[in-house]
Amino acid sequence: MRAPIGPREMAAYASGAKLTRLQGIGIAVAVLAGLAIPALITDYRTFQFTLVLIYAIAVLGLNILTGFNGQFSLGHSAFYAIGAYTAAIMMDQWAIAYYWTIPVAGVVCLVAGFLFGLPALRLEGLYLALATFALSIATPQILKYDAFAKWTGGVQGVVIMKPDAPLGLPLSADKWLYYFSFVILLALFACAWNLLRGRTGRALKAIRDNPIAAGAMGIDTALYKSLTFGVSALYTGVAGALGAIAIAFVAPDSFTFFLSVAILVGMVIGGIGSIPGAIFGGIFIVFIPNVAENISKAAPWAIYGTFLILFMYFMPAGIWGFLRMVYAWWQRRRGPA
Amino acid sequence: MLNRRNFVVTATALAVALAYGHAAAQNKYDPGASDKEIKIGNTNPYSGPASAYGTIGKAIGNYFRMVNDQGGVNGRKINYISLDDGYSPPKTVEQTRKLVEQEQVLLVFQSLGTPTNSAIHKYMNQKKVPHLFVATGASKWGNPKEFPWTMGWQPSYPSESKIYVRYLEKEKPNAKIAILYQNDDYGKDYLHGFLDALGPKAKTMVVAQLPYEVTDPTVDSQIIKLKDTGADVFFNITTPKFAAQAIRKAADIGWKPLHLLNNVSSSVGAVLTPAGLDKSVGLITSAYIKDATDPQWHKDADYIAWNAWMDKYYPDGDKKSSFNVYGYSVAYTMTEVLKRAGNDLTRANIMKVASNLKAMEFPMALPGVKIDTSPTNFFPIECQKLAKFDGKKWELFGEVICP
Repeated sequence: MRAPIGPREMAAYASGAKLTRLQGIGIAVAVLAGLAIPALITDYRTFQFTLVLIYAIAVLGLNILTGFNGQFSLGHSAFYAIGAYTAAIMMDQWAIAYYWTIPVAGVVCLVAGFLFGLPALRLEGLYLALATFALSIATPQILKYDAFAKWTGGVQGVVIMKPDAPLGLPLSADKWLYYFSFVILLALFACAWNLLRGRTGRALKAIRDNPIAAGAMGIDTALYKSLTFGVSALYTGVAGALGAIAIAFVAPDSFTFFLSVAILVGMVIGGIGSIPGAIFGGIFIVFIPNVAENISKAAPWAIYGTFLILFMYFMPAGIWGFLRMVYAWWQRRRGPA
Repeated sequence: MLNRRNFVVTATALAVALAYGHAAAQNKYDPGASDKEIKIGNTNPYSGPASAYGTIGKAIGNYFRMVNDQGGVNGRKINYISLDDGYSPPKTVEQTRKLVEQEQVLLVFQSLGTPTNSAIHKYMNQKKVPHLFVATGASKWGNPKEFPWTMGWQPSYPSESKIYVRYLEKEKPNAKIAILYQNDDYGKDYLHGFLDALGPKAKTMVVAQLPYEVTDPTVDSQIIKLKDTGADVFFNITTPKFAAQAIRKAADIGWKPLHLLNNVSSSVGAVLTPAGLDKSVGLITSAYIKDATDPQWHKDADYIAWNAWMDKYYPDGDKKSSFNVYGYSVAYTMTEVLKRAGNDLTRANIMKVASNLKAMEFPMALPGVKIDTSPTNFFPIECQKLAKFDGKKWELFGEVICP
């Protein structure tokens, strides 16, 4: 029935370099669903789903770093903040159109991430986690610093205008922003897939699994590690810029350490080292706190914690890992092909 | 050919039509209001770093529960929907949009925090939804020209500064003033309010103004420098930890100026006790609501009512917390505005009523402190009383002072 495939193709499918038919259909369905969502729901819900997309991009950014390259970061709120402030300052101070802020925020964060990645080379595992933790707790205070207040607005933050749909499209500002974010998300996901499926991806994973062996094989670990930091920061920075535009406001208190933790939680819940898992991570970040609050106002964090533990217990490989497991189990039940 | 039966029927129909028409003309509603209920939205930090403030949101909910038990407002029950924003501005935007667009509340009341309210300031005014009595001391909420749908409640920091200036003008017109302030928006709001109120005299009267950073370990060196200027008035704009250090250090080096302490740090337990009660004698601060732990109010009718409310509706609340007094007073203000709006529960009318409160009294206010607003004045509480520390408690003195 099936066309016989050789060992090369087998390896390509297994590593995700080539998409199986099922994966292709899955992606097409997901894209169509993503396009259809705003038509079915209110502006407020659309806004929430825009946030899901934005957090998904940030989660993917962290996943490239942690899931694929094995470097820990508790500092991604800092890159998110840099992206957000880049967008806000460009729009507020220089009246630059919102869509130009996205690539600029990405480039600024790429450079910032790369530079931070250089000293981080000397740090491994928990020590790197602590160094990045320092970055994230310092960020809100640096943003409040007087010398920058002229641009950052200090504690008060910066209010920006929410963009309307261009060319007289019959879309509300919220729905337009959703589609805008959706296109960026698709582009970034495609880039990530391209980046991670080939040589580069294998190099990153080799560094994650055994840095010494990777070095012995001729991989420039230092360069790859700091570049990964840069790319990861780029993703998160783009998410930050989109977030600033969607919320139409930035302030130091928006980018506390809790944001870093939220992104980390999103990554683990979605599935470490999986690209589609980032979407589930975004959904978790936006909706689970609301569910927790609905259940108990007195102890929303206790409920949130319970959710976390349940997820970890029943889906140790994250939501995407769980879906794959179910699929594999179903395949086995169908009997050997 | 009008027989009696016909007459009765016609008259009844006419009466019904008139009554109905009359009622329909009278009851005006915007989203969130109906014959049965009034929906009020709120955001509070029930989780996150500022969750200590969450008790205000709970106190307000418990106050409205009491109002509903007593029959509601003009026969309508208050449906209070309070959501958690964790003190994070993006979350506040999301939750406020939920309140306005999905829950369709009539108004948003007492949303808490300066950055969080900043994030929704423009949105509320674009949507023309009342953004009433927000829980922050910044001065930007009283700007009816640009933001006619937003109003604060508590005295702003600059207005407190002005009260000290009014006092100095009367008691010490030739004062030499030294100022210590926290180097952030809170400290500068106080400082600028103070300098503005002094006007041109600030140049001659203020002999020193020194900042400190929240990250500084102590303010000892600043106090020594301020003493050396020979100032005889000290305006202390500090948060609790630094206030205690400043009071202690000033006493230790024998500096005895007229010491004005900002209300932020007026807690006897958290500031004056660690600084030393004997070293705190003579401090002056300002206040506008009653301190529930102060026995001098315990025989007042409003304290007794507050205490009974705490027992019945908020038994797990902390009676020592000033937040629970605050929540009670501000919820009363909201209820009173709704009462006065009568059957015209449109958003425009709510703002009209809220901006025409004349000398309105409220429970747990200090004697003489009242709420005053007008279409050009969106600062409900401005006047305060001064209090002097006698070694045990704050002793109120003098008249109510308005900025």
